[in-house]
Amino acid sequence: MTIERPALTVETDVLVIGGGMAAAWAAIGAAQAGAEVALVDKGFLGTSGVTATGGPNHWWVPPDPAERAAAVERRHASSLGLAERSWMHAILETTWRNLPRLEGYYPFAADGSGRTYYSGVRGPEYMRALRRYAEDLGVRILDHHPALELLLHQDGSVAGAAGYARLDRRDWSARAGAVVLATGGCAFRSGLLGSYNNTGDGHLMAAEAGAELSGMEFSVSYSLSPVWASTRTLPYTAARFYDADGAPLDIPPPGAGAAHLQGLARALEAGPVYADLEDAPEALRPILRRIQPATPPPFERRGLDLFKDRFQVALFGEGTIRGVGGLRIAGEACETTVTGLYAAGDTATRELVTGAISGGGSLNSAWALTSGLIAGEAAAGRTARDGRRADGAAHPAGRAGLRPAKSARSVDGRAAITLAGTQILEPTKALWRKAATLDASRLLLGDLWREIADHAGGEAGLPAIAAREAVAVTAMARWCTAAALARAESRGIHQRADAPATDPTLAKRLLVGGLDTVWTRFEAFASAEAAA
Amino acid sequence: MIALILEERCTGCDACVLACPSHVLDFAASGDGPPRIARLDQCQTCYLCELYCPVDAIYVAPDQRAAETVDPDAVRASGHLGRLRRDQGWNVAEDAAPLEVYWRLGPLLGQGAEIAADRYSADHPEWERPPSPFPRPGR
Repeated sequence: MTIERPALTVETDVLVIGGGMAAAWAAIGAAQAGAEVALVDKGFLGTSGVTATGGPNHWWVPPDPAERAAAVERRHASSLGLAERSWMHAILETTWRNLPRLEGYYPFAADGSGRTYYSGVRGPEYMRALRRYAEDLGVRILDHHPALELLLHQDGSVAGAAGYARLDRRDWSARAGAVVLATGGCAFRSGLLGSYNNTGDGHLMAAEAGAELSGMEFSVSYSLSPVWASTRTLPYTAARFYDADGAPLDIPPPGAGAAHLQGLARALEAGPVYADLEDAPEALRPILRRIQPATPPPFERRGLDLFKDRFQVALFGEGTIRGVGGLRIAGEACETTVTGLYAAGDTATRELVTGAISGGGSLNSAWALTSGLIAGEAAAGRTARDGRRADGAAHPAGRAGLRPAKSARSVDGRAAITLAGTQILEPTKALWRKAATLDASRLLLGDLWREIADHAGGEAGLPAIAAREAVAVTAMARWCTAAALARAESRGIHQRADAPATDPTLAKRLLVGGLDTVWTRFEAFASAEAAA
Repeated sequence: MIALILEERCTGCDACVLACPSHVLDFAASGDGPPRIARLDQCQTCYLCELYCPVDAIYVAPDQRAAETVDPDAVRASGHLGRLRRDQGWNVAEDAAPLEVYWRLGPLLGQGAEIAADRYSADHPEWERPPSPFPRPGR
């Protein structure tokens, strides 16, 4: 029996929702701009999200104009017309200036040539450093305070958020002059390391307030791991692959991109696949555990030597985490299309810096840092200008999973997540998209949405959190599917088996949105720069 | 998934309850003693509870797909307890430079990918080898 406590109410200048690196940088940016900041996260700022279990490298080019321009041109060419050079320069500059400021919080070491190694940081230490930095700036951190919905003013602008504090067992509500969403991308509960909390909660809340999304068709990405545990992938890049009979499999190497994943997907469709790391770099073996201490335990604790024993592998979907799509960024302040609502990190579309291909690794990290700082500072500026507006009435925006359209009844949220996730994650569906299979997914997801929107929810506390996660994953799957259908061409990580060519007239962003009715439309004009 | 919190080591500090990002643990019902593993189905096998446990009282079993039953005595004798935290360098007293080789991550990723590409090239001379997407060794 749990005793529920009276609700917590918070009033602040800026509310940050999320607990990964983008959320931390957003809180830091807002606090440095002079705002009072509260950060609420579903989990714990330090362990939540994919950065905490990872080791992000940040895009890192010295501030030499020629060197910067060359790096931007190289990367821009692979964005397939959807990135913007001005944003790319911005993330290089902001990252270069701000990452070294964690000196004293993060134990930076040498880079092998006598200089300090700043660009690549290890997840647990990075997130611990960001937490301490934010604390020193006076950020009020509320761990285990998942947000369930946004609060809106009469005029439709954002007034705050509300949720449930799951360790304290009480409701909470917060009023703020501006809100930054940094709840991460969505891996559709694929089991990808660190992604359990990444169910698209922020996208759902924003869409209920009327926000638009962009680039959701760019949602196909996988990482290889032993079948029993998603891990970091450092030891596997030289792997040889074998089938269940021990016959070698002819899989293109990781550098081949889509062909590598397609080769693995075909082999996995045919039967179990085993990796052999006998070719892994010799130098890696003695130091793997010093670089990635959590990578050996999944093997050692099963009595395996990962460099000697063959082991069965699987592909773990990365959805919009290593994919690209997210909330549409409407301007230079990382604002969404909802007044007072900002987006940062993987919650936002990363097309601005990476275009149609994955920004996995360094661009995504530089984007998370930069968009966090920009969004936090802009949110602080908005409140400084317009005030907190905490006195007026505000209404809750949450619908499905909280306020069912029809009679509330028990809906199996886990089954919904599995069903919705499968539509996106199944490698043979995702790596060879076709109108027919996408349309079947669209219909299935539409029925699932109707069921959960009509009936799920009506319970407070932990069940409400679970219901909202199921709703969010379903909504994310619908947006990804609708966008994949609407972009009837192949571009970057969106590959249509029934339209394998890239259509030059479609070098523009595809917007998607809506809940009960999902809509798509190509942006009327690509950005002036992208069109140039 | 998390399999054990060893009672004789646990001080009831609740660091793991706070640190677990996916709300697997609850505070002890009586207010003191080891936390309860309350929602094992939410465990993502991230090992971060082990990392945040200052007294190495937690053992995470390696399979993220299903709960595993482990023998506490075997775990005590295994050498696994606290290993992750020491490798990570969070046992500060004995580790002043936890990240001295961390810069080698990128080059080693790239080196592995190049090994695979060399092998594939040898088998498929017609293959058009793309530039490595990973940082080059030595850079």
